[in-house]
Amino acid sequence: MTASGRRLPRALHPAAWWLWAIGMATAVSRTTNPLLLALVLAVLGLVVTERRTEAPWARGFRYYLGMALAVVAIRVVFRCVFASGITPADHIMFRLPHIPTPSWYAGIQLGGPVSLEATLSAATDGLRLACLLCCIGAANTLANPKRALRVLPGALYELGVAVTVSLSVAPQLVESVQRVNRARRLRRAPATGMRALRSVVIPVLEDALERSLHLAAAMDSRGYGRAGTATRASRRTTAALMLAGMLGLCTGMYGLLDGTTPRALGLPALAAGSLLCCAGLALGGRRVRRTSYRPDPWRLPEWTVALGGCAAAVLLFWTAGYDAGDLDPSLYPLRWPSLPLLPAGAILLAGAAAFAAPPPPVRAGASAAAPPAPQPAPAPAPPTAHEAAL
Amino acid sequence: MIRFDHVSVLYSGSAAPVLRDVDLEIEEGELCLVVGRTGAGKSTLLGAVNGLVPHFTGGTLAGRVTVDGRDTADHPPRELADVVGVVGQDPLAGFVTDTVEEELAYAMEQLALPPDVMRKRVEETLDLLGLADLRHRALAELSGGQQQRVAIGSVLTAHPRVLVLDEPTSALDPTAAEEVLAAITRLVHDLGVTVLLAEHRLERVVQYADRVLHLPGDGTVADGAPADVFRGATVAPPVVDLGRLAHWDPLPLSVRDARRAAAGLRETLSGLPVPPVRPDVPARAPLLSATGVTVRYGDVIAVRAVDLDLLPGQITALMGRNGAGKSSLLWALHGAGPRHGGTVRHTPRTDEPAPPPAGVPRRAGGSRGLLRRRTPAAAQAGEVALVPQTPTDLLYLETVGAELAQADRESAAAPDTARGILDRLAPGIPGDSHPRDLSEGQRLCLVLAVQLTSAPRVVLLDEPTRGLDYQAKRALTGIVAGLAAEGRSVVISTHDVEFAATCADRVVVMADGDVVADGPTAAVIVASPAFAPQTAKILAPLPYLTVAQVEQALATAGAGQ
Repeated sequence: MTASGRRLPRALHPAAWWLWAIGMATAVSRTTNPLLLALVLAVLGLVVTERRTEAPWARGFRYYLGMALAVVAIRVVFRCVFASGITPADHIMFRLPHIPTPSWYAGIQLGGPVSLEATLSAATDGLRLACLLCCIGAANTLANPKRALRVLPGALYELGVAVTVSLSVAPQLVESVQRVNRARRLRRAPATGMRALRSVVIPVLEDALERSLHLAAAMDSRGYGRAGTATRASRRTTAALMLAGMLGLCTGMYGLLDGTTPRALGLPALAAGSLLCCAGLALGGRRVRRTSYRPDPWRLPEWTVALGGCAAAVLLFWTAGYDAGDLDPSLYPLRWPSLPLLPAGAILLAGAAAFAAPPPPVRAGASAAAPPAPQPAPAPAPPTAHEAAL
Repeated sequence: MIRFDHVSVLYSGSAAPVLRDVDLEIEEGELCLVVGRTGAGKSTLLGAVNGLVPHFTGGTLAGRVTVDGRDTADHPPRELADVVGVVGQDPLAGFVTDTVEEELAYAMEQLALPPDVMRKRVEETLDLLGLADLRHRALAELSGGQQQRVAIGSVLTAHPRVLVLDEPTSALDPTAAEEVLAAITRLVHDLGVTVLLAEHRLERVVQYADRVLHLPGDGTVADGAPADVFRGATVAPPVVDLGRLAHWDPLPLSVRDARRAAAGLRETLSGLPVPPVRPDVPARAPLLSATGVTVRYGDVIAVRAVDLDLLPGQITALMGRNGAGKSSLLWALHGAGPRHGGTVRHTPRTDEPAPPPAGVPRRAGGSRGLLRRRTPAAAQAGEVALVPQTPTDLLYLETVGAELAQADRESAAAPDTARGILDRLAPGIPGDSHPRDLSEGQRLCLVLAVQLTSAPRVVLLDEPTRGLDYQAKRALTGIVAGLAAEGRSVVISTHDVEFAATCADRVVVMADGDVVADGPTAAVIVASPAFAPQTAKILAPLPYLTVAQVEQALATAGAGQ
């Protein structure tokens, strides 16, 4: 299965990538062990470099990394400046000049001692957040966002279309701004200040409005929104089901992710919530009657990737077979955190997605602007449409 | 197939109905051409076929429109998607997805066809329209002709019985237009699709039409065989104009038929002197001389070391396919666009001190701020004016009057200078109307008036003939001739051969950034079979370019006898 040289390149089902990433994110949210978090980052990096395509959205992972770094830095800096959470047992590294605050502002201390423990705790906390961010980033990088929107259930179809359209309209808007701005310079004395803004914004908005009307007419005459079978009563039932389901989902999620709430609140609420949501979506989906062209298949690699991610989440949630304290190592007394073997194994297992997923398709001429990067592996013949459909 | 039963359409806020009591029946497999002036109701007629009028546009439709037995009153456009396919003017504006293949499948997805059927139809359509090589390409990267073919393909996959095309080639260059029209005629002949087609440049399509619907503008529709309808139509291609002039019967619609009928006319004309299209331009010192102008975008060279002298009183047509560098050259000559090499020198006016030469090449990608305020020296001095391809980009105020007043202020001209110019170009545009409500031709005149307020000596027009009907083009020819008569030099980039033949003294042809031909209109245009106007093709080897020339020659001959 892992002999990637022989497998036909194709895109993995976007839902598989998202399930995998959400599983990883769930696992991450359970731990502040810096070793495990670093392992997660390494795994994410490996999978992204191995399995991303050359499409524009696939170049975004570095921005997520940058954002993650910023999150860690901001957290640490804030903790230092506001000097909170320092106990008498702490090791003080240095002192920042203390800025006296007025009495009505006494709750917050500016400057003062900076302790090693508080800084470390901020850093690991930040790292956890950073890892969460990178999980989402990885999913966005690996899965084609437009294809991901296509797997939305029928009831959410309109939402998906709105997002897709806005994605394709954005570049047109940029082009429109550039064109108008260029044309402005043709006038004798181009307007300045507020007037200049207006002289760009008004033609661009008029242009955008005209274009969206054209698009709406085109979509309408091509059959968008053909009537399905929805009555007023069924629409109301759908809304009620969805609302209750969402409530259940939120409660369940909270119960599941926050270790202090009673366990009973977690899974049952989550299950009930998802059941209600599914019922609502199924009912709502009935009014949309459409099919999808060349749907992504769901085969063994999809199962492997999705289950790998879920397994990591389950293992870190089900603190059995290892010391739960290792997930959240204490800073008192200060010592090097130990690496619990089972969670580490689970994360590595999720990392197998880098090899379980088929190699991404190479499309010569998919983007004329950016020549495709040289493929390290001896890539088989470019996928014909036939192969990609398999 | 399509039935109009006493149909009238009235838009709210307008006094007269756009269509009045229209009775029509269009049979299966016909290619039906819809002709008429701008605003005569062509788009309304086409929109009524699939119910966009009035379901989408608003307004009131009286009477009954049925397509394949379905009444549009009960079926909104989306419920007719499997019967009627609609293709608009700007293909890019109607695309929902972003690759060719997905776009072709979109309509079928909406119709809930099973995946294997969709797959088969997409492959067939790719072959039918010659798009197989482009299947994975992003839509935005395609050329205009390819985009329009994808747009046609994307409605064809639903296997509609009727295809409605509203000016499908108006945004395309001649080659791309040929490509699209060839695809359309093939559909009619091979698949028996009923096609309803509106088109401005009739010279391209008239010979393919089985039937013509003529909208004279008063809400009625005249309907008949092409040769009969064009006898009295308000719009007509040159071949028809020539046929009317020479009283040929039956009226020829193609160059081939006209050439056969023209043997006698050629004989009559052969002994007569050929009147010039435009009076000769006396050789004088150029107003603007450009040497070695080069424009680059990254690695692509848009304009390659072009030399050009613009003489006073001369009208130059700049021709060439899309992407040949016409616009880049115009912008570089104006000074607002980038120029990476060469000089553009303006001859100083005799009555004022010499402006500084704008000879310093500018670097690419300098300060590209959103609201950059740099305007080149020559344009600042009001020497050169440019009307861009989408003139409305320049307009941002609510009323025509406000735009004109703003133009006066910008040029430090006397109040009402711009108003005066506009009234000369296009009289009767009310000052309180919104610029977006004007017709295409009126908007062009408004922007031209704004740009002429500073009394420039060189006027550059970037594709002004887009979307103009024959009358508007004739008016533009008059305007341009007027500008030249005042001693200005005018450059017009255009795809329209017939327009260039009637209005230009000189034609410059560009290809791939180079100037490949530069000379008097007659010499450049007639030399190439692709560029030759219809009159030249019909009367060759006689050097006639326009119907007006023939008319004049015959008139002088008649007066002489």
